[in-house]
Amino acid sequence: MEYLSIVFQEVYKILFLLVPVLVSVAMIVWLDRRVWAFVQKRQGPNVVGPFGLLQSLADALKYIFKEIIIPSSSNKVIFILAPIVTMTLALIAWAVIPFSATQVLADINVGILYLFAVSSLGVYGIIMGGWASNSKYPFLGAIRSAAQMVSYEVSIGVIIINVLLCVGSLNLNDIVIAQQNMWFVIPLFPMFVIFFISALAETNRPPFDLPEAEAELVAGYQTEYSGMMYAMFWLGEYANILLMCAMGAILFLGGWMSPIDVYPFTLVPGAIWLILKILLLFILFALVKAIVPRYRYDQLMRLGWKVFLPLSLIWVVLTSSYLFYFNLLPVN
Amino acid sequence: MIAHAIFFYTFSIIAVVSAIMVTASKNTVHSVFFLILDFISISCLFIMIGAEFLGMIMLIVYVGAVAVLFLFVVMMLNVAQQKNQWFAGQQSSKHIPVGLIISTLIFVEVIIVIGGWKYKPEIFDINNSIAQTSISNTHSLGQILYTDYIHVFQISGMILLVAMVGAIVLTFRQRSGVKRQSYIKQISRERAEGVEVLEVQSNKGVKIDD
Repeated sequence: MEYLSIVFQEVYKILFLLVPVLVSVAMIVWLDRRVWAFVQKRQGPNVVGPFGLLQSLADALKYIFKEIIIPSSSNKVIFILAPIVTMTLALIAWAVIPFSATQVLADINVGILYLFAVSSLGVYGIIMGGWASNSKYPFLGAIRSAAQMVSYEVSIGVIIINVLLCVGSLNLNDIVIAQQNMWFVIPLFPMFVIFFISALAETNRPPFDLPEAEAELVAGYQTEYSGMMYAMFWLGEYANILLMCAMGAILFLGGWMSPIDVYPFTLVPGAIWLILKILLLFILFALVKAIVPRYRYDQLMRLGWKVFLPLSLIWVVLTSSYLFYFNLLPVN
Repeated sequence: MIAHAIFFYTFSIIAVVSAIMVTASKNTVHSVFFLILDFISISCLFIMIGAEFLGMIMLIVYVGAVAVLFLFVVMMLNVAQQKNQWFAGQQSSKHIPVGLIISTLIFVEVIIVIGGWKYKPEIFDINNSIAQTSISNTHSLGQILYTDYIHVFQISGMILLVAMVGAIVLTFRQRSGVKRQSYIKQISRERAEGVEVLEVQSNKGVKIDD
């Protein structure tokens, strides 16, 4: 009986985390389209519900009632598994995100490694979908995304090392608390910029949306998907974007910490600060989508390997020598 | 403890079955997917014995990078048919002795290691092991790797670097007749070089590219 009650408690906690995440993913799709529209002097979705807020729900309803078509020449098991993998990986990562000093589902001591591992597994959903479709465009999209995501993971990993050098712990809460005096975005500003751009590439957002470049590849790896399976890819993608924003907020913008450490601001719960920071980063993501044209593939690779990797490696050397020379290395 | 045992046996059964499926499945891409499943369940086992750093690094390096490259190569080369020929033909008999020798060697090594723990428990003192101390596995790894074993660690890094440079040197070939795009040239192009405004006289036309 005791086991059962523990299990129920955990399930309750997980639902309490997952349902808001899923709802905010739906909202964020609406926000993305609105920001995109405003930049282009359009209205965007504004019909369903107040300000068009329920547009995503209407879309989801439409997807649910659409027929799922499985191509007869596809590899059926992997074809069905692919969107499930994308969605699951995008959601399990939220387990370690701290919403305040105590509000975290799993406060594990290698939290940042877990986040990095889960985000690097995200490529499998795309590769599996692209390969199992047994069709040219999805396959090309999958191959492109595999190369792209592996390249940009490297620089994200090195940037994480930069932050960890200043923190001395892999725990996400420790990373947030280490930014009590100064957010890492100030001393590590170049790394924040590189992280932001790498996150764009890692989540296949424009200007790095080559895996699904509509003009050349129809829709890349999701060409053959329809109905709810397509919607799951789409939800997983946006959940991943939110996750990357959360990662950026925790690593560089002080996570759940209030920006000013004075009385009225510290009363606001940490979750709200974290959400505001995630929203700030997400609006930047949406603006980039509206403003910047798509990269050419060779330039994308060049940027990842020849610019970001050396730059972030040099910054690791700089950070560690600075910390070592001024005896600031965190030792515990 | 029961829950621990259930998880342990689940992960180890998945690991063993998927390891068998890696070699048994006909389709090469399926083999790689089973390999990934194997890696994941092994990293779960690592996490269960308290080696969470190793488990996570296993996920990041093997599943996140190495297996992606495997998949990449397997999909690009389309070795699926090749593997079928491999099994169907008479060639397979040639490779059986080599495989047997290697697997016997590995088996003997594993036996030696496990036997050492079993019959000489003082070699591996469970009470002094990392799992028993209060600091986490990650901390203790950091303390050992960068102090006692710094030279070994650096040398292994150098070996990897040399291997990487060697692989690049071996496979790199300078191809002639390839038009390379210089992005500096492309960006630094001025309007004056690219566009010319001409006064066109009627019935005369313009001469282009002389």
